[in-house]
Amino acid sequence: MMGRGLREPDHSKELRTRHTGPTSSQRDRGAALYLAISGAFPAAVARRGGARRHPFTSLAPPTGAPLTRLAIKKRASGSDAGHPRPSRTGRGAWRPRSKAAERGARAGASSAAMEKARPLWDNPLQFVFACISYAVGLGNVWRFPYLCQMYGGGSFLVPYLIMLIVEGMPLLYLELAVGQRMRQGSIGAWRTISPYLSGVGVASVVVSFFLSMYYNVINAWGFWYLFHSFQDPLPWSVCPLNGNRTGYDEECEAASSTQYFWYRKTLNISPSIQENGVVQWEPALCLILAWLLVYLCILRGTESTGKVVYFTASLPYCVLFIYLIRGLTLHGATNGLAYMFTPKMEQLANPKAWINAATQIFFSLGLGFGSLIAFASYNEPSNNCQKHAIIVSLINSSTSIFASIVTFSIYGFKATFNYETCLNKVILLLTNSFDLEDGFVTASNLEQVKGYLASAYPSKYSEVFLQMKNCSLESELSTAVQGTGLAFIVYSEAIKNMEVSQLWSVLYFFMLLMLGMGSMLGNTAAILTPLTDSKVISSRLPKEAISGLLCLVSCAIGMVFTMESGNYWFDIFNDYAATLSLLLIVLVETLAVCYLYGLRRFESDLKAMTGRTLNWYWKIMWAGVSPLLIISLFVFYLSDYILSEALQYQAWDASQGQLVTKNYPPHALAVIGLLVASSIMCIPLVALGMFIMRRLRRADTASVA
Amino acid sequence: MEGAENAFKVRLSIRTALGDKAYAWDTNEEYLFKAMVAFSMRKVANREKTEISHVLLCNVTQRVSFWFVVTDPSEKHTLPAVEVQEAIRMNRNRINNAFFLNDQTLEFLKIPSTLIPPTDPPVPIWIIIFGVIFCIVIVAIILLILSGIRQRRRKDKGPSEVDDTEDKCENTITIENGIPCDPLDTKGGHVNDAFMTEDERLTPL
Repeated sequence: MMGRGLREPDHSKELRTRHTGPTSSQRDRGAALYLAISGAFPAAVARRGGARRHPFTSLAPPTGAPLTRLAIKKRASGSDAGHPRPSRTGRGAWRPRSKAAERGARAGASSAAMEKARPLWDNPLQFVFACISYAVGLGNVWRFPYLCQMYGGGSFLVPYLIMLIVEGMPLLYLELAVGQRMRQGSIGAWRTISPYLSGVGVASVVVSFFLSMYYNVINAWGFWYLFHSFQDPLPWSVCPLNGNRTGYDEECEAASSTQYFWYRKTLNISPSIQENGVVQWEPALCLILAWLLVYLCILRGTESTGKVVYFTASLPYCVLFIYLIRGLTLHGATNGLAYMFTPKMEQLANPKAWINAATQIFFSLGLGFGSLIAFASYNEPSNNCQKHAIIVSLINSSTSIFASIVTFSIYGFKATFNYETCLNKVILLLTNSFDLEDGFVTASNLEQVKGYLASAYPSKYSEVFLQMKNCSLESELSTAVQGTGLAFIVYSEAIKNMEVSQLWSVLYFFMLLMLGMGSMLGNTAAILTPLTDSKVISSRLPKEAISGLLCLVSCAIGMVFTMESGNYWFDIFNDYAATLSLLLIVLVETLAVCYLYGLRRFESDLKAMTGRTLNWYWKIMWAGVSPLLIISLFVFYLSDYILSEALQYQAWDASQGQLVTKNYPPHALAVIGLLVASSIMCIPLVALGMFIMRRLRRADTASVA
Repeated sequence: MEGAENAFKVRLSIRTALGDKAYAWDTNEEYLFKAMVAFSMRKVANREKTEISHVLLCNVTQRVSFWFVVTDPSEKHTLPAVEVQEAIRMNRNRINNAFFLNDQTLEFLKIPSTLIPPTDPPVPIWIIIFGVIFCIVIVAIILLILSGIRQRRRKDKGPSEVDDTEDKCENTITIENGIPCDPLDTKGGHVNDAFMTEDERLTPL
């Protein structure tokens, strides 16, 4: 069990009389422990001539005692280190060992120390929970139901499941296998495969950094709603009064109370992206709290993360289950479920359905961010990551379907409630206009009454008819919402109409927080693992300081999203920071492993590591099908962006109480371009940099020699 | 009277409010209504002499809606609408309660009701909860950081203590038969041959 239990047999008594004795071994152990705890994981690659080497011995020795003692000992014994002799065993009398043997010994010792130094998950379950907690995020709850609704309900499951098997599982397995094999974060892993490809790792870190910046704002909003759930009545269920207390606030009247609470009280949104406004202190406080909580969870690395993911992975399921029972027993839930699951088979012919299914699988699993590589790097090499990849992807997809059942029963309830409210309004209107007896008109005889009135009082009826709204359950159900609108407006509207709404509200936002926190842990792991792997940084700063710095910087930049125009910037980041870049990153990853590193070599590595042969299915997927899929997705999105005339966004109009579409101003477009370019450009730029450095070094050595 | 200058229309929705316990609207209820209006007017300055007979109802429909006016003691003129409005607004709550109704089910058209503002606690509740969770998280972070520092210091002391004791016996070389005894080269720790051979075998280009 490499790396575990930094326990060596206690030879101290026996070897005390020897020359070097237990000192170096114990110091090794001590040094390794020290380094492990202070987070100084030595760097990936020691440059000793040659691009590629066996990863297990490519690790530089730990800085500290052993190496210096070795050097001192050699000088003291007067050995001639300059003449390498092929003594490989290192046994026998005190004599200088050959350079190779020395390197081997040192590397052997150091790799033994390395294997001890890298922290591991306490058990494979922690790893699986970490992956599930990362993959199952807000997208499962607020994006999948929307897609299901838009692209044919039950029939959307067909492209979704096909894409899961063809694209999701292979790519997930690939990332986990790379991480487990290379045992380093994304930068180090790709540098091991080929130094020219460390740009892929850098791009992953950059994208993860963007994501963590804006994703935690969602957690901040979740906290805001959670804290406000402890009031009676719920603050988003009533409109505030206007100035002279004769009616409700006009913006609230025009929109609804839940929309008002979201746009005015939570975001205090400005009419357009140009008007920035000031930082709102309430969401800012919640953002600080969210980052503190993230810091608390990642403080100790896998030791703390491993315990936290037990909760963040399992609690959302408990809440979803409770909501399932509650949702199915709500009045009108069956309307929503029937609407969702009725398959509309003609949507299968729509290419957008397939593209959206592929995109959803891709982003839902969180491929390309480096988090999966980071998590898998803390695995023991013999871990069966194939089984885990299949389990995680299946659980992720079934959670999406499960969450959409809950969402649609809630939709059905909300739509039915609104429909009945609309009907009641019509009934009241008729009753008041024609002075009919109170309670005479009901929902069931409404049509008959309308017919009777139309014939009896035609002129008056035609006047009233203009004011009557046409109530339709179908139109209520077909208002499809996704994203923050679904989570914070639609759901909270449904919750305010339930009995004991405070309890349901607290449960729901607590679940959102768990989902969001779980994904944040993965994101920060993707950034921190390469940083702590790098010798330069981790030798100067302890792990706690690095994580603290990261949280501080992200929090400071995240304050942008708490300004009045913050939600518009949030949408920019949400739509553009990760989409194109990730596709490219994963494409390069797949091609690199299959063609640069060599599929056969990778296969033999995996076999040596886990003891299982690679199934032909994975080989075909990795080498052929998945890259083609990703290329087609990439081409589609690129053409979509190029062909669309102007990029637009939805702005909130306070006077009308609804969203209006506006064009992005030039500086927003510049930010979008910068976001996309900064991550994609890492790949070629770093490759170019490496190439130039090599050339220079070769020129140097050539000139020296 | 309908639509007269100082007349107000009233609309009741008894069945909506009370469901099965709805009472029927009859002349007794009308009498009670007149009494409540008269009562409201008596509370206004200068109108303490208003009697029930000064309140006139008309056009009672099946909806239960009707019009009413309040006349002055001479019964020649109707009281100005503003006064009546003021009076009703002041006593709206009591009028509602007399009929087991509320502002929505007992409507006085043209008399806007004063809405009760939601009660604002002096300190918003969310700040209290926020403060509690914030403090808990800060305390937990400090505890974890401190325990991490303590662990690191203990490990620091550990190897250095080991160093001190070992340095003393370091320079002793066991010599047997004049040959230094060092069968196990333990310089770099325990060297496992398997590692070295692996290294040799797999050294790439």
